[in-house]
Amino acid sequence: MEDQAKSGNQEGHEGTRRNPGAGLSVRLRKRFNPDGEFDLLVAFSAPSGITILFGPSGAGKTTLLDCIAGLTTPDDGQITIAPKALFDSARGVNLAPQARRVGYVFQDLALFPHLSAEKNVQYGLASLPADECRRKSAAILESFRISHLRARKPREISGGERQRVALARALVTDPCVLLLDEPLAGLDAATKSKIIDDLRQWNQAHQIPILYVTHTREEVFALGDRVIALAAGRILAQGTPHEVMTAPREETIAQLAGFENIFDATVIAVNQDRGTMTCRLAGSKVELETPLVRAEVGGALRVGIRAGDILLSTLEPHGLSARNLIPGRMLSLTQRDVMMVAKVDCGGVEMEVHLTLAARDSLALQPQQQIWLVVKTYSCHLMAGS
Amino acid sequence: MDWQAFRLTLQLAALVALVLGVLGLPIAYWIAYSRWRWKFVAEAMVSLPIVLPPTVLGFYVLLALGPRSPLGRGWQVLTGHSLAFTFEGLVIGSIIYSLPFAVQPFAASFATVDARLLAASATLGASRLRTFFRVIFPLSVPGFVTGLALSFAHTMGEFGVVLMVGGNIPGVTRTVSIDIYDKVQALDYVSANATALVLFAISFVLLSLVYGLNRRIWVWPWK
Repeated sequence: MEDQAKSGNQEGHEGTRRNPGAGLSVRLRKRFNPDGEFDLLVAFSAPSGITILFGPSGAGKTTLLDCIAGLTTPDDGQITIAPKALFDSARGVNLAPQARRVGYVFQDLALFPHLSAEKNVQYGLASLPADECRRKSAAILESFRISHLRARKPREISGGERQRVALARALVTDPCVLLLDEPLAGLDAATKSKIIDDLRQWNQAHQIPILYVTHTREEVFALGDRVIALAAGRILAQGTPHEVMTAPREETIAQLAGFENIFDATVIAVNQDRGTMTCRLAGSKVELETPLVRAEVGGALRVGIRAGDILLSTLEPHGLSARNLIPGRMLSLTQRDVMMVAKVDCGGVEMEVHLTLAARDSLALQPQQQIWLVVKTYSCHLMAGS
Repeated sequence: MDWQAFRLTLQLAALVALVLGVLGLPIAYWIAYSRWRWKFVAEAMVSLPIVLPPTVLGFYVLLALGPRSPLGRGWQVLTGHSLAFTFEGLVIGSIIYSLPFAVQPFAASFATVDARLLAASATLGASRLRTFFRVIFPLSVPGFVTGLALSFAHTMGEFGVVLMVGGNIPGVTRTVSIDIYDKVQALDYVSANATALVLFAISFVLLSLVYGLNRRIWVWPWK
């Protein structure tokens, strides 16, 4: 056992990994409801560390977590935390949630409202002797910086503090896998990143797989070692955040990944030596220089451009490194929270551009105004055409 | 005033509320959480005493307690006397009669406990029993108190079942409501009124206490 662990260390890139075999592997099918529109049908494995489950609401993320925790029974498949099978339809294995040792932080946290923070944390330690239980809960309250709240009820503490209590309650039981269902939704960025730091620190010592459900793009880049993109019950892509999010092959991920602008395009020139191509957007004369992908002249592609990656100029720009200057006419300008959303007609295609309020004021933007859009070559993301 | 009848009535009501406070919990738990497809039949059974005339209920309870039923015979063998027309018989009849008044508030409050809390309890390793005593019950205390108080008050005010099952034996089965009936029959309206007023006052104070304590927001009403 010792030797195995050591050889595992040399192969794995994480030197401190305690139990190299203890990954989560899931292969299951679950019908949503009798007349449901889709099944949940997934197969993936998650080693120790954070794996992001990314997808729109209704994609089946919470159902998947419920299956792993044993709160919902899949129609068939296998769920294993090596070497223990939690569920195996072929062998008739279906462990009760109590026997799975799965830590689960629910979307609404599900803290026990009638118990203090400390009693919540100690809830899962009932089998331990009283002093051991107190010692463990004190230690985890300390490491999540909530010792001072131990006597307070959940409704008497702030949102971020409640998330910490919920995390501590799940982690103090030493789970084999941790499921987090949008646990940090509704927190400001600073609070969020502090909690994530504490979680990462905890997992350096424990090295368990953590499945982290989110539907926000920012969290994917901020947290993930690995991403699994899920939509309508299917896995669309998995890999590093960069692989999954910046080079989407499927339009659904592209929309998930925040491409406000997606256009059909035709390849009109390929510049092998410069590593670029020229594509014309369908229904317009707009030609874009894009990164080179394997495609032939005349081939159909799709181009995705984030609204935040486009620059807007009221004068024709000169001396820029960006290769794509597109003249256009301002169609509309609307405010969304603290951001301006501009719709621009570029002669047959409409582009969405996001600006700050300050930019709107200093440029004195008006509808119908003549403007230029600036798009860098590498801001054009290519995906397979329809 | 027949204080003996009062003492007997309070004893009966307290005992019935106590028994239902224990017996009603598993029944209510089952009603709140079972997914048995025929559950509605059991729910209807439990609720029958609300709609049945007490004489109908009392009649069947009397038969069940009598020497020809297995229950009555068993009791006779064990104790040497019959169940009918005894205080014990009255307790059994009253438990059945007041069952829905305990079970329904219990079950209703169990069902309002957030299912995610039960899921959280399960993933933290707690058995169903532990989940019940650590999560469901503490969050259902208002419903529990309501159920206890309603079954207490309901037992205190029952008449038909007592008359059918218990008869009218002073100190054994003569409760306040029977006592009032007797007094009215004897045209003694003055003492009937006095007794009725006391019963009225006790029931009103008890229910006011329950609803007052169960309020969401606790304030002194006169402030």
